[in-house]
Amino acid sequence: MPQPGQSTARSAFGSLVLIAIVIGAGAAAFAYTAGWLSPERLTPDRLVDALRPPSGEPLGHRRNHAKGICFTGVFESNGAGAALSQAQVFTRGQYPALGRFNLGTPDPNAPDATVRVRGLGLQISTPDGQEWRTAMIDPPFFPVSTPQAFYDLLTASASKDPNAMKTFAGAHPEIAAFGAWAQSAPWTGSYAEDRFNGLNAFTFVDNAGAEHAVRWSLLPAVPPVAVAPADLAKRGPDFLEQEITQRVASGPQRWTMVVTVANPGDPTADPSKAWPDDRRAVEVGTLTVQQIQAEPDGPCRDINFDPTVLPSGIRTSDDPFPAARSSAYAKSYDRRTAEAANYPRTTTGAKP
Amino acid sequence: MSGVRRRFTPAQRLLHWLIAVCILAMLFIGVGMVSTITPKYLTLVSIHKPLGIAILVLALIRLALRLRYGAPPLPADLPAPMKLGAHLWHFAFYALMIGMPLIGWAMLSAAAYPVVLFGSVHLPAILPQSDSLHALLWDAHFYLAFALFALILLHVAAALFHALVRRDGVFETMASVSTHDEIAR
Repeated sequence: MPQPGQSTARSAFGSLVLIAIVIGAGAAAFAYTAGWLSPERLTPDRLVDALRPPSGEPLGHRRNHAKGICFTGVFESNGAGAALSQAQVFTRGQYPALGRFNLGTPDPNAPDATVRVRGLGLQISTPDGQEWRTAMIDPPFFPVSTPQAFYDLLTASASKDPNAMKTFAGAHPEIAAFGAWAQSAPWTGSYAEDRFNGLNAFTFVDNAGAEHAVRWSLLPAVPPVAVAPADLAKRGPDFLEQEITQRVASGPQRWTMVVTVANPGDPTADPSKAWPDDRRAVEVGTLTVQQIQAEPDGPCRDINFDPTVLPSGIRTSDDPFPAARSSAYAKSYDRRTAEAANYPRTTTGAKP
Repeated sequence: MSGVRRRFTPAQRLLHWLIAVCILAMLFIGVGMVSTITPKYLTLVSIHKPLGIAILVLALIRLALRLRYGAPPLPADLPAPMKLGAHLWHFAFYALMIGMPLIGWAMLSAAAYPVVLFGSVHLPAILPQSDSLHALLWDAHFYLAFALFALILLHVAAALFHALVRRDGVFETMASVSTHDEIAR
């Protein structure tokens, strides 16, 4: 049907405006979802940026726990965990383990005696094709209650404002307990003498489908011997890596894995709150470290010890940290794999 | 066949709209998940992976249907550059629709992450572990996602242009809900 030209033009113009509105709204919704319109959103990029040490971006390295050394070994399950979780890793048997001893610092060149927090990343593989990855540290509780508080802690620590830490501690009183631990807990001269704690609460699902809130730890077979940090400093900047290499070369080193089961009402969403000592603790198996390999060519180098890589039978709980860690670890992994040229593989036998 | 199809077949139309919903959801889930550290991150990731594989399967079926049944011809009076644009758009879109899930799967494989569909259902790795491949595929997955979203915006704009301005029947080849498979004689 013919229409007057002017009306057609106006209607076409109206249509084009409508199209522009639809496209603009779609693009705006996308930008909002991506966080481009919300600069205050705590993104993995911002969290990982906040870890940048004064020594500069550790190109090619993990953005935290940047200094470490690889190990391989075996996890021998004694079967006791099978009552708590249907995961195959708790069925009696031996399963290959791969891991990494590390220092809680974003500086890959930090001298060992200067780093208060030590860690252990672990991956256990089972014949059903599943993996359990966990990254543990040696304090008995986490410094802060929430991922946002962890970001605020990083920001306050890096701040030039002399009152920044005081202000932070006022808003996050839980940091005081960690400060007390850092001051008073003994230092050891070996990773083999350290106890590593998962700290985050997870949910075990047993064969009947019942859920159990748990945390886990690795207890060293070697009794710890306290050494003053000043004495450790005299052993050289890399004494921990040298010591564990020699020790494992002369014999495998063992840790007992203990799963602690919460009582009803115990806090699962806050890793800064340790559970009381009388909680049921189940020894589920033994980690045996059989071989140490330097990180540049080691099997742990390109493993992201993402604590949400879990076999069925273990689930995340209401603890907000595993999700935040997973998101930030992925960002760290994406960055460091793109920077691999900055962290060359060293030995002649390296993979191409 | 005695005539020219004026619409896509009902199966093609169904797949188009199903995949449209899936890909739009996928893109929003993708940009949302990489910008948060809240527990939503894990939920979104756990949807992103199986949904990506679902899109891959649906897209391959769609490609097969397209090869089998073709597409209705564009209007004879459509300017040649617009026809060329439409064809190029379809090549690019099919490449991304099938390529993006494969790139994502390969990227996870190169990082030695388990590719979890749901529960204990895992997919095998399709690449060996490699930091350089991971870095390359990560960049590809990231930037091509924005290219894919741009193609979708272009597609919506073009579809609405056909529907509201040109009114040439192109919009109806896909938009119609009628199951009557019309053949123009």
